[in-house]
Formats: sequence, C-alpha cells, structure tokens
Amino acid sequence: MSFLTYLINGLSLGSIYAIIALGYTMVYGIAKMLNFAHGDFIMVGCYIIFSVSAALSGNSVVGIIVAIVLCTVLGVTTEFVAYRPLRGAASPLAVLITAIGVSYLLENIALLIYGADIKSFTSVVNWEGLSFAGGELKIQGVTIVTIAISVVILIALQLFINKTKQGQAMLAASEDKGAAALMGINVNRTIALTFAIGSALAAVAGALLCSAYPSLSPYTGAMPGIKAFVAAVLGGIGSIPGAMIGGLVLGIVEILSKTYISSQLSDAIVFGILVIVLLVKPTGILGKQIQEKV
Amino acid sequence: MKKAKKVFSAVLASAMALSLLAGCGAGAAKGGSDTFKIGAIGPLTGAAAAYGNAVVNGAQIAVDEINAAGGINGYQIEYKSEDDELNAEKSVNAYNTLKDWGMQILVGSTTSACSIAVSENTKNDNMFQLTPSGSAEDCVKYDNVFRVCFSDPNQGIASAQYISDHNLATKVGIIYDNSDVYSSGIYQKFAQESEGKNYEIVSAEAYTQDNNTDFSVQLQKAKDAGADLVFLPIYYSDAALILTQANTMGYAPTFFGVDGMDGILTVENFDTSLAEGLMLLTPFAADATDDLTVNFVKQYNDKFGETPNQFAADAYDAVYIIKAAIEKAGVTPDKSTSEICDAVKAAMLEIEAKGLTSQKMTWEASGEPNKEPKAVVIKGGTYVSAE
Amino acid sequence: MKNKITKQNLITYGIVLAFYIIVEILMLTGVLSSHMKGLLVPMTYYAIIAVALNLCVGILGELSIGHCGFMCIGAFTSAFFSRATENSIPTVPRFIIAFIIGIAFAALFGFLIGIPVLRLKGDYLAIVTLAFGEIIKNVINSFYIGIDSKGVHFSMKDSMALGMEADGDIIVNGAMGITGTPHNANFTIGIVVLLISLFVVQNLVNSRDGRAIMAIRDNYIAAEATGINITGYKMMAFTISAAIAGAAGVLFSHNITTLTASSQYFGYNASIMILVYVVLGGIGNIRGSVIAACILYLLPELLRGLNTYRMLIYSIVLIVMMIVNWSPKVIEWRKRTFGRLNLKRAKEVA
Repeated sequence: MSFLTYLINGLSLGSIYAIIALGYTMVYGIAKMLNFAHGDFIMVGCYIIFSVSAALSGNSVVGIIVAIVLCTVLGVTTEFVAYRPLRGAASPLAVLITAIGVSYLLENIALLIYGADIKSFTSVVNWEGLSFAGGELKIQGVTIVTIAISVVILIALQLFINKTKQGQAMLAASEDKGAAALMGINVNRTIALTFAIGSALAAVAGALLCSAYPSLSPYTGAMPGIKAFVAAVLGGIGSIPGAMIGGLVLGIVEILSKTYISSQLSDAIVFGILVIVLLVKPTGILGKQIQEKV
Repeated sequence: MKKAKKVFSAVLASAMALSLLAGCGAGAAKGGSDTFKIGAIGPLTGAAAAYGNAVVNGAQIAVDEINAAGGINGYQIEYKSEDDELNAEKSVNAYNTLKDWGMQILVGSTTSACSIAVSENTKNDNMFQLTPSGSAEDCVKYDNVFRVCFSDPNQGIASAQYISDHNLATKVGIIYDNSDVYSSGIYQKFAQESEGKNYEIVSAEAYTQDNNTDFSVQLQKAKDAGADLVFLPIYYSDAALILTQANTMGYAPTFFGVDGMDGILTVENFDTSLAEGLMLLTPFAADATDDLTVNFVKQYNDKFGETPNQFAADAYDAVYIIKAAIEKAGVTPDKSTSEICDAVKAAMLEIEAKGLTSQKMTWEASGEPNKEPKAVVIKGGTYVSAE
Repeated sequence: MKNKITKQNLITYGIVLAFYIIVEILMLTGVLSSHMKGLLVPMTYYAIIAVALNLCVGILGELSIGHCGFMCIGAFTSAFFSRATENSIPTVPRFIIAFIIGIAFAALFGFLIGIPVLRLKGDYLAIVTLAFGEIIKNVINSFYIGIDSKGVHFSMKDSMALGMEADGDIIVNGAMGITGTPHNANFTIGIVVLLISLFVVQNLVNSRDGRAIMAIRDNYIAAEATGINITGYKMMAFTISAAIAGAAGVLFSHNITTLTASSQYFGYNASIMILVYVVLGGIGNIRGSVIAACILYLLPELLRGLNTYRMLIYSIVLIVMMIVNWSPKVIEWRKRTFGRLNLKRAKEVA
C-alpha cells in the first residue's frame, strides 16, 4: 500500500514536471533555443497569483487568469527584446547566455520586490481528493487536477499543432526557418506565438506547482525548471508526448529513489539518469534523429 | 573594432588601477579614539538575508539604547554592519572592511561557516569576537571567540533530554537538512544522545536545499514507521512547508523543533493553525510578557516594521554582554584592539548577564554559554511556555 | 604572425607581473588596506577559473555551466590531503603535493565526465555539465570520512556510521565539510599559479593542437573532414580546463579555512558568475578574462553599499553585452555608423 502512495506522489510531482516540460519543449522545438528563464516565468506566475489573490481576498481564479495574461506578455516581450535580436548570431551560445541573464534578472527583480523570505501559498485547488481502502490510500485533489490538466494540455497542443494552420506553420518553422519564410510564413510571429503559449503554460504550471508544494520564494522556479528541462531532454526534446513521458518518468524516479535509495542523493540520481539516457540514446526516449547539415 | 577593443581594455585597466587606489584611501584608523567601534557581519542580501538583517537590526537597537543612556563607561559606541551574502569568503572580506574602519569588537558572523572563517582572522589579529548565532561547534574553537546562542550539539542533547524527560514519544522520526551545517550538526548529536533513551528513532530522512519542496517521502516514511513525534532540527521556512504537507496527507504527530523554528508564525500567508501544538526549544519568544521583551519587540516593530526573531534577540543580547564585559574589565577605547580583547576575554568568564534570551548567562573559557533552554509550545497562534 | 602572437602573450604576462609588482610595493609601503589585502588571493583564483572556463567556452566552443564542480573537486581533495597530513609533512612539500592532488583529481574527473559529455553538443552539453556540477555537490555533501588509529573510515550516511575510535578525527563531515584547512595560499602563490595557467592556455591556443581545437569550434564537419580527431582534441581541451579549475580550487580551500560544498561556492549560480566574467572579458579573449575577473570581483567589494542591486546590474549588463556584441543587426548597424565615422576621420586627415 505504501508503495502505491509513493507511486502516486511520484505521478503528482511528475505531472507538474510534465507541464513545465511541455512549455520547454515547445520553445526548444520551434525556436531551437533553450529558454533558461522558463523556470523563472513560473515563479513570476506564482507571485502574480499570490499578490492578486491577496488583493482580492482569496479569489484565485482571477489570480490565475491575470497570471496567464501577464506571463504571456512577459514571454512575448522577453522574446522580442532579448532573444529575437540574437536570432542568427554567429554563436549559438549567445542566446543561451542571454537566457541565463534573463533568468537572473527575473529572480533579482522578485528578490527586490518581495524579499528573500518565503511566502506560504494558498492552494488554488480546494478539493480534498479521493481516499481508498478506508483512508489508507489517499489521492490529493491537487494531484488529480494536475494530472488531468497535463493530459488536457497535451491533447490540446497535439491538436493545435497538427490540425491548425498556425500549428503547421510552427512545424514548418521548426524544420527549416528559411524555407518556411519562403513559403510565406511569418517566422518571427510564429516564434512569438510559441513563446506566448509556452509562457501561458508556465503560469498554469506555477499555479499547480505552488498548490502542491505551497512555498514561494524568488528561487521557486529555478530547480523545477532545470528538472523539467531534464525531463524534456529525457523524453526527446521537441517532442510533445515525449515531454509528458519524460516528466512522469522523472517524477516517479525522483520519489522512488528518495524512498528506496537515499533521500539526500535523489538529485544526484535524477541527474545521473539524464546522463545515462543521453549516452544510450542522445535524442531521448521519443526524440527523432537529426541529420547534421553542412 | 580592433581599436574599440583596445580602448575598452585600457578603460578596464585604468578602472582596476583606480579601484586599487580607492582601496588604499581607507587608511587604518586605530587607537586614540574616544568611542568603542563595534562591527557586525551577516547575510544582508540573498536567500539568508532574513537572518543577517535580524542580527544587524537587533544590535542596532541595543547600540542606540546604550548610547542614549550614556554609553559604556561614558564612551559612546560607533556601530557599523557589513554584508557577507552567506559566503565565508565575503565574510572575511567584510571583516577586513570593518577592520579598516577601525573596528575593535566584532558581533558576528551571523552564520556558522562564515563565523568559523572569520574566527581564523580575529585570532590572528587578537580581536574579541562574540557571535550571536554561530552555533556550530567549531565557531568558538579559539579563545577570543564567544557565543550567545546554544551550540548545535547542545541543542541536540537538550532536545533528546527534553523529549525523554517529558515522555513525549516512544517512536521518533527525524527530518533534517543534509546540506546545512546547523541542521546536520544538531541531528548528529541528537541521534547519538538518543541511544538508551526511552524512545527509539524509527526514521531519519534527509533533504537538501536544492530539493526542499517535496517532503511527501520523508513524511510518509515517518508515518509508515509509526513515529508519534517528528523532530525537525531545521529552519522555519522549510518547516512551514513540512507542516502544510503533513496536514494534507493527514499525518498529525507532535512536531518538535529547535531555535531555528522560531519565526514560523511570521511566514506570510502561513496558516498558523497548522503549527498548533508544535513544540520548540528556543531561548527567545517574541510573545513573552516580561518588560525587556515587550520593550524590545515594540522598538523593533517601530523601527523595522516586523516582529523580531531569535537572531535579533541574540544580537541585542550580544551588545549588552559586550557592554557588561567592558565595564567589568574597565578598558577604554584608546587601548589597542589586542589589549581590549585580552581584557574583555578575561572579563567574560566573570560576568553574569541577563537578557532577552536567558535570565542568567555565564561563560566558560571554551566560549560556550551556560543557560537554560526554554521549551515553548504553540497554542492559539502564540508561544506558551511548555512547562 | 608568429612574433605578433608572442608579443600579445608577453603583454598578458606583463600586465599580470606589473600588477603584482605594484601591489607588492603598495603592501610594503603599507598603504594597502587590510580589506584590499584580503581580496588579492580570491582575485587570483577567480581569474584562474575564468581562464579555465574561457578555454572551454571560447576556445573549445562548448558551454559548460558546471565548471565550479571541478573547482569543488580540486578544493576538497587537496583540503582533505592537507588536513590529513597537517602534522606529518612540512608545509612547503605538503602544499605542493596538495596542488598536484587537487589538479590531478580535477583533471581525472574532467576526463571521466568529458567522455559522456563531449558526445553531446550545444545546449545538451550545457545542461549535462550543469547536472554534473550538481551531482558532485550533492555527493560530496553526503561524504563522511574520518581517520583514527585504525585507519580511514568512510560513510555516506552520517558521522556516527563511521564507528570512530575516541582518538579519531573526522575530516570530511558531510554538509559541515572540511574545517581547519591550513591557511597556506598567499598572493604570490596565486600569481604564480595564474601565470602558469596563462602559459599553459596561451601556448595551447597557439599550438597545432590549439588550431585543431578552434577548427572544431568554427566548423565541426569541415574539421572532421580534414581528419582532425574530434573527440581526442575535445577531451584534451576539456581535461586541461578542468585541471586549471582544480588549481583554482586548491587556492580556494587553502585561503578560507572552512570548506563546504554549498551552492554559493560551487553551485550553478557560482558557475554562471564565472561565465559572466568570461563573457564580459570577451569570449575567447584570455587576457580579457583575467582583467574582467579581477574587476568584477573588486567592484562589488568596493561598492559594498550597492550590493542589493549588484546581481540585477550584472544580469542587465550580461543581456546588453550579448546583444551588442552578437546580434547580427546590431553588428551591421555598428559597422555602418562607426564605418562612416572612420571614413569621416580619414577625410579629415586627408
């Protein structure tokens, strides 16, 4: 029975990683850049929900909507100001280092506004959850909601990319930006749209992350962001179902290794798995082989 | 482009030369002054800023009070604080900065690792150092260093003793921070001391600062092992999360903390009803009703807009302890730092101080304070004495 | 060509030496404040690790955001050695051996980590170096090593599990790390190590091997087609870079007497700090790294009051520098405007 509890905890953590990883993988797949600041978008989303809810005395729905809107604006602005000028730069490192700079910038702005003290976050999910076997096995409401939302997002993204014109434009831009532009696709606008979707997902992920683990600080997003990137790589970066699988695998591995191996070495194990996966199958679980072009 | 680069490096080089010279400007001002110069060091920025600011502010209040009341033996105190960002290297830099300013006595560093690093320098310079909150065993290994707070091992021993004496539990679970000096120090001593006590340790699970959001596994293990008391030798920020998660999973043992737990009621938006029944060993409770505490809390609130925690209280006491020791030793500020150190060091063993953190404190040559730990329990959102 | 390179290298050494001599004179005349004196050794080891990272990022062209992990290995292995033999070996040979041990272990780990890491490229490599940095930190935090009359005890659980005799001495104590490492590093040693690192890197860059490494950076496929052993050269550069980072670690641990494997010294934030030094000094510009590391370490210390805003300023500077230096549009604009300026000036001269 306790194994099942651990497994469910793993699923809960994993589905949060999955939502973050979906945002990562969208941006990476289409813009071909690692948005290091994605985790910090999550943190920004959390603080917005926290502040708005506090101002409206506990109304979290408005908070989430405001957070989604503001995060989308933030994502698109960041892309326009910091990333777009570097598209086509001589070194791919340039945009990565800029992303690191954006990540630092957001953390430090949050630090100046809210201070380093943690804030306790009120869960946006008010449902107790289900309990089985006479209360022995409990599944928390936030866990169920998180898993459900991640599945909905996964399906919605799949439909969007495969069935809509904009989605096809994204696919085309990810294949070959130059050719896509020749076909009349506005590459800049497509990438901006990707950032908008990715950042909106970050806000949703933030709401769920802080509901499941209710403490908020300027560094809240950093570690989950990195782990979610690991998840995206694990599942095959650029692949949307891959991000989902990678996230769930990572969450379960983390919880089970904490349980059965060592609670203090779980991070080392999680990162170790990343290294092993990349060695055995460098493109990740569902990734496709990319041919190097001269 | 080439030229631009050259110009740029020239600018950089001259900036470096200038900054060097700027550093020289601050000559060593020593002796001959008619004020005592006391310095404080702590993390004023970054993730641990709450602790450092508490120390610096707490000491500031004590200094203001003393100066308003006529100073130490008629000499005013000059006070200055420096930031170390919780970084031992920066802490030593902060110490050197204060030394250039003319510091004669150091209140600091706030945190253990920084305090140990700085003590290496104070020993070489023979400067008196009183750390308000550096609790690791090694903080006071030199004879010029004393501390106000309990040491980590002492807290471990006292906690084990208290749990056993009051029959609080039969099975104890522990959750501690493996990446933190303070937490693992208390844990180790607690585990050692628990041998042969009337309870057994059924689970001891660690976490790290990089992985401090999900405590479901640690709590589940304690629950599965049937622990009826969970010992949390950690800081309040992580503890607030543990209490929330334990509540959502329906696990309600007695939680028992140490002095780092103080502050849990001030976490913004924290549902304080979750902390109901939480016990902690702490030398200071902001809700105490004695005149000294009430006055201190009021002043702190007026000046800094928040409720002081244990760090602030330790620092406040530290300044008064220094005052008592200087008065006992009868030194004057015109003596050299080393002479002041020797005199104050000797006086420390003779004084008996009363402050926020204890009714009676005395010191041994080892630098350790002798004082009674107070156990408090949280009832109705405030601290109540557990006795 | 050859002479020009030699001249450039000599200028770099010259700057370091001149700086050293000026500082020494200032120290002798006693005008240097103790604050400044305390900053000298950290300045040298940050310069050294910046040189190491620049070799990796600028010359090899691979972004590593876990370089402080190698510094951590160098620091811990050498500090362990120095603490364990503090009473049995005299200072000078002990410190030299400590250096060799620290560098050797860092190089060994650089090599081992390089094997998997260098099969990857770009962002993947960055994230894996980050992962390794975190693993190293995480694992060292769980190490407990003690020495007593029965020999060496080791545990990854806690210090009680060591089962030490009463006369035992716990050297590595988990999160508490190593305390009481002898304070052996000083400014002169730091400068010597910096000069040696510069010598190694600059000679590497101007050698046949160095040109091969840069060929890999500039065009991977063309380099492979020319018959350059890509893995071999990448490994070489990466290992050397790790070894130099290890040397910085040795200085680090012998300068501050408490050594803990915590995030603020060895986490990815610290690695990114070093990356900022490298970027602002100019990617690929070794001399720039040294100067940038020194200034960026000094400035916040001298402007202690601005600390709250320091990281904010750094991050903005980082973003702006990248856009100004790398954006194709900005480069074009700069060429146009400054190009015209140059033309004008040329006309005036004429």
